[in-house]
Amino acid sequence: MAEKTIRGKIWMLTGTDGNLIEDIDTDQIYHNAFLHITDISQMGAYALGNLEGWKDFSRKASAGDFVVAGRNFGAGSSRQQAVDCFLALGISLILAPSFGAIYFRNAVNSGFPVIKCPALKDFVASQQLKTGDILYINLKTGEARNEIRDTLFSVEPMSRVQEEIYDAGGLFLYGKSGNRGK
Amino acid sequence: MGKTIIEKIIQDHTQDEVSPGRIVWMDLDVRTARDFGGPNVVKNFEREYGEIPVENPRKTFFTFDLCVPACSLKYAENQQVCRLFARKKGIRIFDVDSGIGSHVLIEEGLARARRTVVGTDSHMNILGAVSCFGQGMGDVDITFAFKTGKTWFEVPETVKVVIEGIPSSSTGAKDLALFILKNLGTKKAALKAVEFTGDVFRRFALSDRITLCSMVTEMAGIIGFIPEFDASVEKQIEGFMGVPYEPYAADGDAVYADTIRINAAGLVPQVSVPFLPHKVEDVACLTEIPIDTGFIGSCTNGRTEDIARAARVLKGRKVKDGVSLKIVPATRRVYRELLENGILENLFMSGAIISNPGCGGCAEGHIGLTGSGETQVSTGNRNFEGKQGKGRTYLAGPEVVAASCILGRMGTPEDL
Repeated sequence: MAEKTIRGKIWMLTGTDGNLIEDIDTDQIYHNAFLHITDISQMGAYALGNLEGWKDFSRKASAGDFVVAGRNFGAGSSRQQAVDCFLALGISLILAPSFGAIYFRNAVNSGFPVIKCPALKDFVASQQLKTGDILYINLKTGEARNEIRDTLFSVEPMSRVQEEIYDAGGLFLYGKSGNRGK
Repeated sequence: MGKTIIEKIIQDHTQDEVSPGRIVWMDLDVRTARDFGGPNVVKNFEREYGEIPVENPRKTFFTFDLCVPACSLKYAENQQVCRLFARKKGIRIFDVDSGIGSHVLIEEGLARARRTVVGTDSHMNILGAVSCFGQGMGDVDITFAFKTGKTWFEVPETVKVVIEGIPSSSTGAKDLALFILKNLGTKKAALKAVEFTGDVFRRFALSDRITLCSMVTEMAGIIGFIPEFDASVEKQIEGFMGVPYEPYAADGDAVYADTIRINAAGLVPQVSVPFLPHKVEDVACLTEIPIDTGFIGSCTNGRTEDIARAARVLKGRKVKDGVSLKIVPATRRVYRELLENGILENLFMSGAIISNPGCGGCAEGHIGLTGSGETQVSTGNRNFEGKQGKGRTYLAGPEVVAASCILGRMGTPEDL
């Protein structure tokens, strides 16, 4: 079974106004100039490589970190690379009020935790979350704790299918484990 | 309780109970991959399943449309990876000569009303234009679909978008699509199916339906349907399908998440301003903007009717010196129609560049990029920063693109 509670240092994807950037699209996350790359280990260097203010993300981030973004994260194209580039860097979770539909599926299928938190904007406005904070998130109950500020909040727990695919380690393993993929 | 259109199509393809918010396992009638995403699908498939056959080769296709023929060694290699896999598994390829995959699926009668179709193209929901549930997916999903013929899917809620009034005669489907996008933004239809209704849709050609349905992606929606249609649309769709057009209609007591009314009476030509598709203004407010280059084509505006609209503006006129106009038919069939009805000649005489079918100006490289400081007006569906080069891209309908390239500034045919 995959970990139920994961811990990580957060990167708040904020713009010049200090707010979380909304509608970050897949071209900003992983530019189409690098779509020909099929080896995941080579994709990390291009993560957020076309997002103003965050082009050096791949050099700043460490394995185990979380990414926190504004609503509709991953809008746009169907490219799996926009998920894979974070996997390559070892990013362990993305938190956002909502995700682009295809992006969300791609992450779920990779066994990568993408977690929805509709009230995220309020936490940001009241300064309960800042880059560098350490969060604990229970993926199955939705309980979250900010270790630095000693505050509690909730995120949406994973749906059953998301949890099953996550537990299996991705859609392929899920399919082979005797579920739907036979 | 009654069902919406999307709920009916999904119910036909699953044993599970269908209601919004539930995740069901859904059978897929057609599964496809492009030259983008396709090589990743092959790599995944060979790693996970090796020599095992795909679930049903006759329901499985490759469609090359992004970089056709390959303009870089990487794409050439990737396309060849797909070809070799396809030969081994007995999968049909619509190769580099064919055009945009989603359009080819309509023309070939593979995407039909009531069917489910997936592919590595985020605009696969364009198939809502023929009342088919099309959905773009990433390469893991598509690999799984190749292997199993199934996918998991969360049944979306449906919003009804009612268009009131009739737009002015100087507008087309793209102007209405942009205006709807302006009104809905990326929130109101997010993660939902959309049913568009209103008298305006009774005049919509198939190409117009394609234009509007394609931009549901930019509205962050799952798919759009247009239940109203006239006899000419029915005839055109049946010509492609070879079977009667029998789309689902929603039940009278179907439940909608929301009903949104948009007044489009007297709508004037619209343009989307860089770098967000839903940042939409009247063209009339932007006539000072100089234009360096134009693009007419894409899955949104690459049909014969779209290009013919531009050709009517260009006939007997010239693209301004120093401005380039790039025209890319959606498919080979469209190219042939343009050839047969003399439109290609008009376009050529006006100074336009005409390329082979494909995704053209939306894809990286196929028909050129913009450099820093260059301004493009395009009939595509996205103007994200950096997507088509380092310049700024405005989105508009074919007439506005044609007129702007003649004028050398943003404008409409009325300004000529």
